[in-house]
Amino acid sequence: MEVGIVGYGAYVPRHRIKVEEIAKVWGADAPTYKKGLMLREKSVPSPDQDVITMSVEAARHALTRAGIDPQRIGAIYIGSESHPYAVKPSGTIVADAIGASPDLHCADFEFACKAGSEGMFVALSLVKAGEMDYALGIGADTSQGAPGDALEYSAAAGAAAFIMGREKILAVCEHTYSYTTDTPDFWRREYQHYPRHAGRFTGEPAYFQHLLSCARNLMENSGTTPEDFQYAVFHQPNGKFPMRAAKILGFPKEKIEQGWLAPTLGNTYSGSSPMGLSAVLDVARPGDRILMCSYGSGSGSDGFIFRVTEAITEVQKAAPQTREQLENNPIYIDYGTYAKFRGKIRKLEA
Amino acid sequence: MIGSARSWREKPQRYRYQAARCSGCGKVFFPPRVVCDKCRGRSFETQVLAGSGVIETYTVIHIAPSGFTDEAPYAVGVIRLDDGVRITGQIVDCKPEELAVGARVRREFRKVTEDGPSGVIHYGYKFVPES
Repeated sequence: MEVGIVGYGAYVPRHRIKVEEIAKVWGADAPTYKKGLMLREKSVPSPDQDVITMSVEAARHALTRAGIDPQRIGAIYIGSESHPYAVKPSGTIVADAIGASPDLHCADFEFACKAGSEGMFVALSLVKAGEMDYALGIGADTSQGAPGDALEYSAAAGAAAFIMGREKILAVCEHTYSYTTDTPDFWRREYQHYPRHAGRFTGEPAYFQHLLSCARNLMENSGTTPEDFQYAVFHQPNGKFPMRAAKILGFPKEKIEQGWLAPTLGNTYSGSSPMGLSAVLDVARPGDRILMCSYGSGSGSDGFIFRVTEAITEVQKAAPQTREQLENNPIYIDYGTYAKFRGKIRKLEA
Repeated sequence: MIGSARSWREKPQRYRYQAARCSGCGKVFFPPRVVCDKCRGRSFETQVLAGSGVIETYTVIHIAPSGFTDEAPYAVGVIRLDDGVRITGQIVDCKPEELAVGARVRREFRKVTEDGPSGVIHYGYKFVPES
């Protein structure tokens, strides 16, 4: 029995901040950061946006494309490291807002930047097991980066939602695989505002070891090579890492570029590779194969192989496309406005 | 402070934009009413309001009430939705001076306010420029 994505959607906030604007506040050299991170600007959520609001918008776009009754959704899993509540699920609010309550399973996921892809995997697996007709997996974050830290240049906001099902599939999931170890490269302790990271240790033993192992093992298990894919999407903590991973694996630049959003979006953490996938689905043709590998610190990498079906062409323009949201009408803000929006200014207690 | 209960009661309107359409005369109420003020009917059907519309009129709030002071100046407008229903809402993601009567806007799900940093967060609809 085939299962896969029957509806998808992304949401990108309109506000942006440029690398130069952050660098000038901290006395850093903008060209060095832009070249080192392959990043020009990043998205910033408004004060009235969070993981829940962006997830609702992305899920509504996914529902529009799926054309299904939301009451038939049997589970909602939102992966994020910036759920607005420490205790109280984001998923219940999203479920009520899209009209999926009350007959459904729901829990929030957390696994650094791969919580969203884990949510997608569980949603897919529940449908595959025959437990329900449809399940919704969402990756969303309003990422945190400490002021002055290298993360501040990339930590961005966005969401992508995927409805998994068995009927009218847009992209059949042919194989999945996950590679997981205990690797402390990036973390945030309870009650801390900002995450910490282990500098260069986040590269070779963390991102590259997990993501490359995931991609290689997934291709070996499925008997595929880079030539079998029209597109590949890798987690994008910056612009540089996914490009380097692609080169090591043997994927040419043109197979990466459509889903490579980091240069103007930044790192949307749990939303990162899911949003890359939604950007690829916006333009993919029937028969195309897509390799997607997420990466979450701590650490793990989820891999998926999707085969796009004939049904995709009918829905690609049915809801706002990912790159259209990224490129149209951005509102650029200065660092002061950014600091206010992100709650980085200490105020009098109310 | 709004509190948990009121926000919870208003979910059908704040989250899903459900209005009540009088079965007798067709008048639409948002929020719903128990009795139709036009035909005195007591039977209503649920109607989900359109997601886009035009700004019929608006004002800019400079002196904001508690809970909204960080947002000032911000716009509040009367939006004539594409189904003809008029509703009031905040218009965000734009500078107030860029707004114009007749401009198209669409609805988005946003945080409306919160009961302080440790209280409940209240979600609902706001409007953003369509382009």
